[in-house]
Amino acid sequence: MPFDARQDRMEINVSGLTKVFGDGPSAVTAIKNADLTMERGEFVSLLGPSGCGKTTLLRIVAGLESPTEGTVEIRGNAVWNGTRRSAAATRPVSMMFQEARLFPWFTVVENVALPLRVAGVGRKERTERATEICETVGLKEFLHHRPNALSGGMRQRASLARALVTEPQLLLLDEPFGALDAMTRDALNIELMDVCARANVTTILVTHSIAEAAFLSDRVVVLAPRPARITAMIDMPFDRPRGLELQQSMAFQKMVGELRHKLSEGE
Amino acid sequence: MSERTLKIALPAISVCLFLIGWSLYVRTAEVSAFVLPPPEAILVALIEMVQTRELWDHALVTITEAVSGFLIAVALGISLGFIMARIPPVEWAAKPFIVLLQLIPKIALAPLFILWFGFGLESKIVIAAALAFFPVFSNALQAFKSVEPGDKDVFTILQANPVQRFYLLDVPSALPVILTGTEVAVVLAMIGAIVGEFIGGNEGLGYLAVAHLQNLAVPELFAVIVVLAMVGLLLYTLIGRLRQSFSAWHVSSETA
Repeated sequence: MPFDARQDRMEINVSGLTKVFGDGPSAVTAIKNADLTMERGEFVSLLGPSGCGKTTLLRIVAGLESPTEGTVEIRGNAVWNGTRRSAAATRPVSMMFQEARLFPWFTVVENVALPLRVAGVGRKERTERATEICETVGLKEFLHHRPNALSGGMRQRASLARALVTEPQLLLLDEPFGALDAMTRDALNIELMDVCARANVTTILVTHSIAEAAFLSDRVVVLAPRPARITAMIDMPFDRPRGLELQQSMAFQKMVGELRHKLSEGE
Repeated sequence: MSERTLKIALPAISVCLFLIGWSLYVRTAEVSAFVLPPPEAILVALIEMVQTRELWDHALVTITEAVSGFLIAVALGISLGFIMARIPPVEWAAKPFIVLLQLIPKIALAPLFILWFGFGLESKIVIAAALAFFPVFSNALQAFKSVEPGDKDVFTILQANPVQRFYLLDVPSALPVILTGTEVAVVLAMIGAIVGEFIGGNEGLGYLAVAHLQNLAVPELFAVIVVLAMVGLLLYTLIGRLRQSFSAWHVSSETA
């Protein structure tokens, strides 16, 4: 039955999601009545200016922030039961943040192996797996360095490696490459796309870069502030695999223009 | 001369000048040896004392008291700091006692501890611990409270259990600040042990100092003070080294 088949591929279901911080006259509505469904392997960007609630939405899906109203389901399991997060529902989730969030008391390879260590994987196996993933993201020479000795780009590579080492099914990215220079950012975005496509990872990216959203995503969700809400969802009809040359094409430029228009409509 | 040689030579020269000045002053101004003996007399007393077993026995007693008190203070300070940082109601309930503990000069409790714990080692250990507790505790409380929320998010995403959070995140985050507190604490523990020995008992360097004072053996009294300074320096250096080796990665080790 086609209905069931679609249910089966359903990865994320966000419904009627509202988050209010504080109460009384000082209450701030971070996101209002957001709906979003995603299929397995889909890459969706949440695009909007600051204050549009995109990070809050991501953090609620991640299980870091509880919703005021509405529900989030990952593979049919509710992430939130009131203000209690469900460990089982968020188990397939991995997340990257704006800052690399590496721990200075561990070396690069120890940082990358941390998720495996927490999951109870033995030292030998976790070091092997962490080393392997470090090599694929270009950190081979830095395995035993301290994070503080790395450049910003290298740190985010290590952070990406840490997010991928558990082979997550769901990757949540909160502007992870926002602070990097354009060249490093392009290189990491290409690597990210490769990995997500290869492992069929479902990905949500929070960004305020229109070109980045258009380039990486299957679908771009446009959000607007005051009140924070979803204003549009637009499919990105570009074939995969995508290379940087896509960004020079007319179709891409046109899409960027359309997204910019949608963003300004929401203002 | 290079900056490096100057940094070694100048302190040595200034100390020598100070000692020569001291010696000359005592001789020319004819200061009574009961008030201020010349440094060479102190050195002679020190050399004689170092050769006796008695000094080492007393020193060992003081070190045992100070180190035991220090270790108790560290264990209590870190565990209470952690509990209060994680369970705020406990901190609110304990707040009046913390403020009180902060305000009273803890040294004033020393006679009370002698009354409660007797003239032996125990009372001195308690005094040392009471003095050393606060800097460890307050630094631990502050440090455990200020673990980065973003770092906690990472551990939440990893679904780390409370024990893993404690030893993989909380302790390493807080350690540099806690160790800074222990540097202060070890000096206070030493003071606590000595004051305890002043008040009661017949062992330890503090007792030895009082005994020499009563005999008006002033050069020996000075020699004991020198030994005390050496023991203090030794303990402080040990803790300092420990802090540096644990927190080489931490920003505060560069600035502090």
